[in-house]
Amino acid sequence: MYEFKYHRPGTVRQAANLLVKNEDAKLVAGGHTLIPVMKQRLASPPHLVDLSHIEGLNTIEMKGRSLVIGATAKHAEVATSAIVGEAIPALANLASQIGDPAVRHKGTIGGSLANNDPTADYPAAVLALGATIVTNKRRLKAEEYFQGLFTTALEADEIITKVMFPLPKKAAYIKFRNQASRYALVGVFVARRPSDVRVAVTGAGSDGVFRVEAFEEALKKRFASKVLDGIEVPAEGLNSDIHGSAEYRAHLIGVLTRRALDAANAKE
Amino acid sequence: MAKISLIVNGNPVTGNVDPRTLLVQFLRENLRLTGTHVGCDTSQCGACVVHLDGKAVKSCTTLAVMADGHEVKTIEGLAADGAPLHPMQEAFREHHGLQCGFCTPGMIMTAIDIVHRKGHELDDHTIREELEGNLCRCTGYQNIVASIAAGAKAMAKSDLA
Repeated sequence: MYEFKYHRPGTVRQAANLLVKNEDAKLVAGGHTLIPVMKQRLASPPHLVDLSHIEGLNTIEMKGRSLVIGATAKHAEVATSAIVGEAIPALANLASQIGDPAVRHKGTIGGSLANNDPTADYPAAVLALGATIVTNKRRLKAEEYFQGLFTTALEADEIITKVMFPLPKKAAYIKFRNQASRYALVGVFVARRPSDVRVAVTGAGSDGVFRVEAFEEALKKRFASKVLDGIEVPAEGLNSDIHGSAEYRAHLIGVLTRRALDAANAKE
Repeated sequence: MAKISLIVNGNPVTGNVDPRTLLVQFLRENLRLTGTHVGCDTSQCGACVVHLDGKAVKSCTTLAVMADGHEVKTIEGLAADGAPLHPMQEAFREHHGLQCGFCTPGMIMTAIDIVHRKGHELDDHTIREELEGNLCRCTGYQNIVASIAAGAKAMAKSDLA
């Protein structure tokens, strides 16, 4: 790891000022993405701004018809929160599958979303549920937030403060894990929302998380795996690597979407 | 350099560290608590697991400066020198839960964390699922799982948390 200067602000405003003042500064909260990358010297930020001691930034609460999760809420907190379990059990279930128990004690939702790893779990939930990313500057819709591999709409001095999830009628997440890394080889989040149906896929797309519109269109008529009969997901644009070919991932998307639909419907 | 002060195994400690110092380096090299091991150094293997504010974390993926003001417990803090072993340590000894011993400190710190979260009656499936962040290259896990189940039960009757 290269040298850096460490900052521990007490408020989001202080953190934002540190980002403005120090070019190429990076935010850290759980550190479970950034620290490994810094150890490999793939990143060498001259300044680290630690958000983990800002009070109130990890609050989980209901606000009207939305579940609001603070940016530094840890995966273990989301997984075991009674509020999340009641409001969107599929989201608690997703969080319980990230990494391993020790990783879940440190990693945060804000960190996962800011990094936008193409195999991370949370992006699928955010896109499928139509969540809003709230920053110190503005509110971003999921569709405008994710902009490709490790790329988001966040500006250099912008900090995610919370994520607002509108409650779905039904939802489920099914993940096919890489056994070694525990990242998603393919993960599918299905959500039946009051106005539409969304199917978001992580792990498979070479451009990051994406929606399967052909599935969504069919599922609008009936939210059941049967209506997907005969609809194929093209392998074009999917990742191909030592863990699986693009064709294999395309096949998995179909299989996991059906399993997710069955799981969502089984919860009634 | 950054000044840090934290509680390690119940004792206040201070240090003057380069901010890039990992918690595991600080424990091993500054405090000479070499029971916490570095295995993979990539947050996969769990040999470096310690408790930070009572929760199992990978100390190879935590900066020492981020632990400033917090409480850390390592394998050395489970039982006092010369005193009887912690029930989880004793269970690993009794049930041959180790061979080379390299992964053992992390296994035991994770095991105690499992008991804190899941209670004293642990079935094999739960233990195996919960151990996914700890790798052992000798035992095949069978005796580790048996040790944790027995240690969890023994902890119910012990004063040591």
